[in-house]
Amino acid sequence: MCDQTFMAATFGPCDSCSKASPLMNIYIKSEAINYCSFCVEMMACQGLQKGETLATLKKESENLKKKLEEERGKLNDIELHQVAEKVEAVAALSLKTRRVLKGHGNKVLCVDWCKDKRRLVSSSQDGKVIVWDAFTLNKEHGVTLPCTWVMACAYAPSGCAVACGGLDNKCSVVPLSLDRNENLAAKKKSVAMHTNYVSGCSFTNSDMQLLTSSGDGTCALWDVESGQLLQSFHGHTADVLSLDLAPSETGNTFVSGGCDMKANVWDMRSGQNIQSFESHESDINCVKYYPSGDAFASASDDATCRFYDLRADREVAVYQKDSIIFGASSVDFSLSGRLLFTGYNDYTINVWDVLKGTRVSILLGHENRISRVRVSPDGTALCSASWDNSLRIEGTGPRGNPTHPAPQLHPPAHSGRSQSVPRADRIYSPSNKFLVFPWVFSQWEWLGKSSKGSALEPS
Amino acid sequence: MPGPANIVAMKKVVQQLRMEAGINRVKVSQAAADLQQFCLQNAQQDPLLTGMSSSNNPFRPQKVCSFL
Repeated sequence: MCDQTFMAATFGPCDSCSKASPLMNIYIKSEAINYCSFCVEMMACQGLQKGETLATLKKESENLKKKLEEERGKLNDIELHQVAEKVEAVAALSLKTRRVLKGHGNKVLCVDWCKDKRRLVSSSQDGKVIVWDAFTLNKEHGVTLPCTWVMACAYAPSGCAVACGGLDNKCSVVPLSLDRNENLAAKKKSVAMHTNYVSGCSFTNSDMQLLTSSGDGTCALWDVESGQLLQSFHGHTADVLSLDLAPSETGNTFVSGGCDMKANVWDMRSGQNIQSFESHESDINCVKYYPSGDAFASASDDATCRFYDLRADREVAVYQKDSIIFGASSVDFSLSGRLLFTGYNDYTINVWDVLKGTRVSILLGHENRISRVRVSPDGTALCSASWDNSLRIEGTGPRGNPTHPAPQLHPPAHSGRSQSVPRADRIYSPSNKFLVFPWVFSQWEWLGKSSKGSALEPS
Repeated sequence: MPGPANIVAMKKVVQQLRMEAGINRVKVSQAAADLQQFCLQNAQQDPLLTGMSSSNNPFRPQKVCSFL
């Protein structure tokens, strides 16, 4: 049987019956052939055993599903939180807002860290993609796509390019040049093409391959240079909303989740769906591997996050509370995997103890839905993107001092000016040419309260 | 959808299920112990969990504004 198909609008003689007709591009063991749709059906039916009918197949499928449930149930000898009973509880976290990134004109939909632990790329509903220096809050690059809802963006491992896509059904790669005046949009290169919106993208371990998930129900692996489809992944029965690559040591797999409420694990080389998990009661908005690669977490519109172990082949924890009634949009783990950060549609970010299944903390600050949470590559900060048009970076502080006061700062040299302007919306110097960096103030809270104004360069 | 397409789709589902039913699994106790071990082993290198001194923190507030 064909292991993958993808539609190509070609017309000509069929390789099988040689009648001129619209052709389907099929790969059999990576060899391309062009068959008309009738011959494709015929070929597919040859794979059927004698006496197999829809009824018998349905019955077998039911039996197999039951057997699968039984097998998974048999090995469920203990709960994760029981195993972790004796483990010390997580100490109070010392997270506080370190930066607020303002500049998008509409909902921020996606964000990704650069491997340099400093730069970020974010994409927005207004069609803009911005590359930030998270330390200085400078906007280093901006690209405008010819569509709204840029739902996916990703930094290349080299840090020299970003990928982005959304309602244009494409995923484009934009090389980042050092020349800030250069028009980046002109250098944009379409790599991936789907038949519906692109919901997620990620480079594999090099800049040369791009993995995408789409509303057309598939995921696909692309060659960046040629734009060629290397592998497609069929198995979801509705929109795929998210994907995540396995941590590099554990090999060539990735996990995807979508509107069919399923999370699928795939082999990148063969395109084979290796494992499938179906316990959410609504769309899965985000999936993320546990740092060891042995498990993954998912966030769903059913207001829960779940934790699936790949070797036990089942769900091992559910993170939920009666008080949480809004959908979960995004998840990410801290470096050790002990903390699970989850963004919700109720504007909050919850932090869960992965082992014990309890909520450790709630992070407030955003004024609309959280669309994405991402832990920085060195694990020192959490970046959240929101429909309130901003991104926030939560950083950590010294241990065991959760309420540690803001650092006592020396009055800055130009204190006359900054101290006379206590409000955040007036931190620009009068000429608007210079910016006063926000960390000259000893309090951070005002950054969140201010609706306008930020520590950005005037644009 | 015509008949053959339906039956082919069903066949695919069955093949997938057969494959998944044949997977080797470990007990949850084993899997949970391994997950826990990974957490605990790496806990000291997890700044968001354990906190970190301000001097190493890339997002620490700057002490003095050297501009203007």
